[in-house]
Order: sequence, then C-alpha cells, then structure tokens
Amino acid sequence: MATFPDREPVEDIGLDETIKKLTPEQIEKTILKVLNEESAARLKVFVDTCVHCGLCSNACHFYNSHDGDPKYAPVSKVKDTIWVMIKKKGKVDAEFIRGAARIAFTECNVCRRCSMYCPFGIDMAYLILTVRRICHLLGVVPQYLQDTVNSHAATLNQMWVKPDEWIDTLQWQEEEQLDEVVGARIPLDRMGADIMYSVIGPEPKFLPQLIGQMDQIMTVAGMSWTMPSLDGWDNSNMAMYSGDFETMARVERKHYDKALELKVKKIVMGECGHAFRGAAYDGPKWLGWKHPPVPLIHAVEFYHDLIESGKIKIVKKFEEPITVQDPCNIVRGRGLGQKLRYIMNATCSDFRDVEPRFEHNYCCNAGGGTINCGPPWKTTRVKGNRVKADQFRATGAKVIVTPCHNCHSGIEDIVSGYKLDMHVKFFSEILVECIEIPESLQA
Amino acid sequence: MDLYEIVRGPLAWVALLVFFLGTVYRIVSMLIEARKDKVVYPYMSLKYGLRSLMHWLIPFGSVNMRKRPVMTVVTFVFHICLVLTPIFLLAHIVLVYESWQVQWCSLPECAADVMSVLVVLACVYFLVRRIVSPEVQNVTFLSDYVLLAVVALPFLTGFLAYHQLGPYRPMLILHILTGEIMLVAIPFTRLSHMFFFFFTRAYMGSEFGNVRNARDW
Repeated sequence: MATFPDREPVEDIGLDETIKKLTPEQIEKTILKVLNEESAARLKVFVDTCVHCGLCSNACHFYNSHDGDPKYAPVSKVKDTIWVMIKKKGKVDAEFIRGAARIAFTECNVCRRCSMYCPFGIDMAYLILTVRRICHLLGVVPQYLQDTVNSHAATLNQMWVKPDEWIDTLQWQEEEQLDEVVGARIPLDRMGADIMYSVIGPEPKFLPQLIGQMDQIMTVAGMSWTMPSLDGWDNSNMAMYSGDFETMARVERKHYDKALELKVKKIVMGECGHAFRGAAYDGPKWLGWKHPPVPLIHAVEFYHDLIESGKIKIVKKFEEPITVQDPCNIVRGRGLGQKLRYIMNATCSDFRDVEPRFEHNYCCNAGGGTINCGPPWKTTRVKGNRVKADQFRATGAKVIVTPCHNCHSGIEDIVSGYKLDMHVKFFSEILVECIEIPESLQA
Repeated sequence: MDLYEIVRGPLAWVALLVFFLGTVYRIVSMLIEARKDKVVYPYMSLKYGLRSLMHWLIPFGSVNMRKRPVMTVVTFVFHICLVLTPIFLLAHIVLVYESWQVQWCSLPECAADVMSVLVVLACVYFLVRRIVSPEVQNVTFLSDYVLLAVVALPFLTGFLAYHQLGPYRPMLILHILTGEIMLVAIPFTRLSHMFFFFFTRAYMGSEFGNVRNARDW
C-alpha cells in the first residue's frame, strides 16, 4: 500500500468520519466502476504514456512554494492516488482513500498549468478529477465542500439562499442604485431580453454590492437585460469540483433552461472562474452538448466589449499602482488574458503587470474547490502558494484586481498570510469608479 | 540452428511482427476506446493539434523547454540519434538488402559512431537525473531503470561489436537480441510514448486551442 509522505495532520469530518463507513468491497467496486465505465481512452493513455520524467514539477505552485518538495509535483500527486488505484485494481483500504481525497481535494487546484509543462500534455487535472469522482461516490469529501454541494442539490444555489431572500437582495440593491442612476431597475424574468445576467452563489449573501454595480453598468450601457427571479440565477457549481457530476449537470441544466425559457440571446456572468468553466465546459459535456445552447460571456469579455464599443465611457482613471490576477479558468480556460489587460489599461493609469503572466500565471490556490474545503485547509492553501505572494510583491502595486470570486478570497488570504499590505478588488469595483454616468441618467 | 541463426532469423521476424502489429493494436484500440470518451473526437482539431505539436517538436519551442535548456538539448539529441541510427546505419541496410533487395542511403560510419555514443551518454544522463533529482526519484520504479537499460544496450553492444571490442560473435548476438527485446518492448511498455506522444499532444493542443482559446506551450 502506498504510504503518504509526511504531512501535518488536519481534522476534517468529511474525510475522517466518512471513511469509517467504507468496506473494502465497496471501495473496490466503486473504483472499478469509475475506471472501467466512466473513463476510457484518456485515462489509460495518460497513465501509460507518462515516462516518469518529472518535468511537470516546476509547473505547480505547490511544488515551487514548498521549495521543490517532491510529493507536491503533479506527477507525484497522480502517482500517490490514481496510479495506485489502477495498479491494485481497486483493492485499497479506507485510509488510502482518505489520503487520496486529501491530495485530490486540497493539494491540487486542477488549474492545468502542469499540462503546459508536460511534453506530452498529459491532463493531470483530469486524473485528479477522476480521483475526486471516486471519493465523492464513496462519500469521502471535505465537509465544507460537501455542504455547498448539498446546497446545490437542495436549492440549486451554493449558499442555501431561499427564493424570497434572493428577491429581497435584488430589490435592496436596486434601491441603492436608483439613488444614483435613473432607471436602474433590475428587470426580472423579462422575456426576449438580449442578456440574462447570472451571478455567483455567494454574491447575494456576502457581496450584494456586486449585483448593484452590474445593475449600474447595464443601465448606463443601455443594455437590454434581465435576471431570473427564481432558480437558475446561480451559475456557480461546486458539484463540478466535488465529483458530483449529476448535481453539477442539474444546476447547469436549470441555468440554461432558464435562459432558453426567457429567450435571451446570451448569458453574461459575473466575475468568476470556476462558474465559467462549469457553465461553458464541464456542465455541457456531461449533458451531451458540445457547446452551451445559449452563448455564455464572462464579465471580462463583456466589459471589454462595452469599453471598446464605447457603450460605456471611461472619464476617470484609477490612480493607485495596481496589478492583476489571471484566473486560471478564464485565461488558461478561455484565453481572456489580453482582454483583461485591455480593460485594466483602459481604467488604470498605473497598471503593473505580473511575471509570469497569461497562461503561465500561477493559480491563486483557492480555485478548483480548494477554498471551498473550508477553514481546516486554509493553512495548506496559504503555505502552498508563497510564489503568488512573491509575484505580487515584485510588482510594487497596492491593489490587486481579481476577476474571480475564488481568486479574490484566496488572494486575500495570501495577502494577509504573507503580510503584503495590498487590497484586493473585483474589476467591477474599479469600473464603476471610472465610468461616466450620462447626465440624463444622473439621479 | 545455432544461436546466431536463431536471433538473425526467426526471432527477428517475431520481434518485427510484434513491434508492428503491437503498435497497430495499441493505436487502434486507443482510437476505438476514444469514442467512449465523449469529448475526444469532437474536440480534436487538425489546426490546433498541429500548432501544439509544432511548438513541442522544435527545441525550445515551449516555456518549460526554455527553463530546462540542458535537458532539452540532451533529450532532442537522444531522440534524433535513437531514431536515425538504426534506420540509416550501413550494416542494417545491408541486412535488409540481403533479405529483401531494398536499399536506401546510409550514414557515414563515423557519424553513426558518434550518434550511438550520444545515445548511450544520454541514457547515462537520464540515469543520473533519476537518482539525483528528488522529484524524478520520487516517481522512479525498477521498471524505469530496466527500460533505460533496454534502450541503451542495443546501442552500446552495437558500437562494441562494430569496433570488435570484446568477443565478436557473442557481442553481435547480444546486440541483435537486445535490439529485439527493445522492439518487442516498445508497444507494451512506457516506450509506447513513441507513438502516443503525437496523440496526447494533439489532443491537449486541440482542447487548449480549439475549445479554450488558449496556448499550451
């Protein structure tokens, strides 16, 4: 049996208690089911082709931040989990499953940087997601992450937001905006609008001002838009990361059903990475769609189009030295790095770029479901991303723009963990400071 | 039949057949199983697959190659010499001509010499790297050492036999035998990366380029 090289003990009942209910037969059956029925050529070829060269190691922020500790190399993470499961044909014990879950859920962000460093382009993120699938089917998932997935399953949103709470939040934000912008109403369920705007789960609970800001932006830009009044408003998808693909698909299905029902031309979503990935790729894949049935536009692309086309005018620039994070799921995952820099340069007078950047930028270490594993794993996350702190420190900036919810929270943790003395903002927070509200719309 | 006639005759047939048919078998079964992996065929793109392959087949074409210049030089030299030497070696061409009356141009003898030595030296570099670098040592198994030997031995014994260093006939038999072992190993071990590389790279290039509008090098 593979032994797990030394790690600090961390208590998480989602792992510690759930493994007590496992039997060897159940473990074996589940692993074989996933390996034989749910996986096919990719799994086999990615595992067989790896020549054990270790060239992927310096791709990973965990490996680099732990000063080259070999157990954090992407190939090592895969070796300690799926390789063992394959070699032993599923005959592994419950302790092994706990160790594998720890690695797969908290020590890898499935950010795909390693596939750009591996000469073969082996998709190690896919292999880790397969391990997560197995762990989910066995019920072994970090507790906080499982809670958000339960919320998705019960309420179709991530944060146990009830329908009346959702509408209350929208009305509250609408009122706030009406104090500044004439006509800044949030149209609910408007059929035939051009755009359906969907938000990320935590927004109504923790960051409602972001909804208000988008209301202002849409109104000033004169967009024909709407928002769902009920289910389908949450585009986030934690189930994608826990391996609960069935719930993932249900959430995405509702999201797109809502857009189709409202007959909108496209869905614009807020600043989030994983939500984009789930809605644009992983959800549709499981549902059998090659492309989403309604085009999905990420906020960065939306802002870029608004600024470039002149639908919103920038009259003021953000003066403080500022830098940016390239969220994995929209840069490696969508190529939006250039558009992000366009909007940064359009709104900021002292924009300092990071090194490395674009597809080669490091993950924030909060994405891929890791920050959603909750407080027990915060130290793992912060210790595993010293390189991100070094990157930002080198820019000399005072503010970091993170067009992604997970990046925002994760980088806040890094800023405080490494005492960087910087602030973290979403792009919309910068944008609303810089745009011109036409006289006719000024309240 | 003595040992020489066996390795020169029937075993050579076996090795070549296993190599060719084994390779075909592995690739065809991969192509068939890829249909079960719903995303593979829909995502594949000739343009983006080739774009990625191009960046990874040219020395220093990718960021990681530039970060590791020594490894890049060694592995390119190793692979080029590994492939070209057996195919363009005069002695091998003579054997093929004797059997099938087909011939093609050959390498100058001293070039073939240098190339064989480079292959062996590269294998030494890979061996040292496996032992000395912690991240490589962590994913090294007995089979990795065995495979290095399987690859190095035909070149080493071939060089020694050609220069008649050591007892000639046994060295020659050893060369042919280790060559046959390598041929047979290719389709059924990690040496299959020889052909799988093109598929995995093209797939990743397609997924990054065609689907995600991003670059994977």
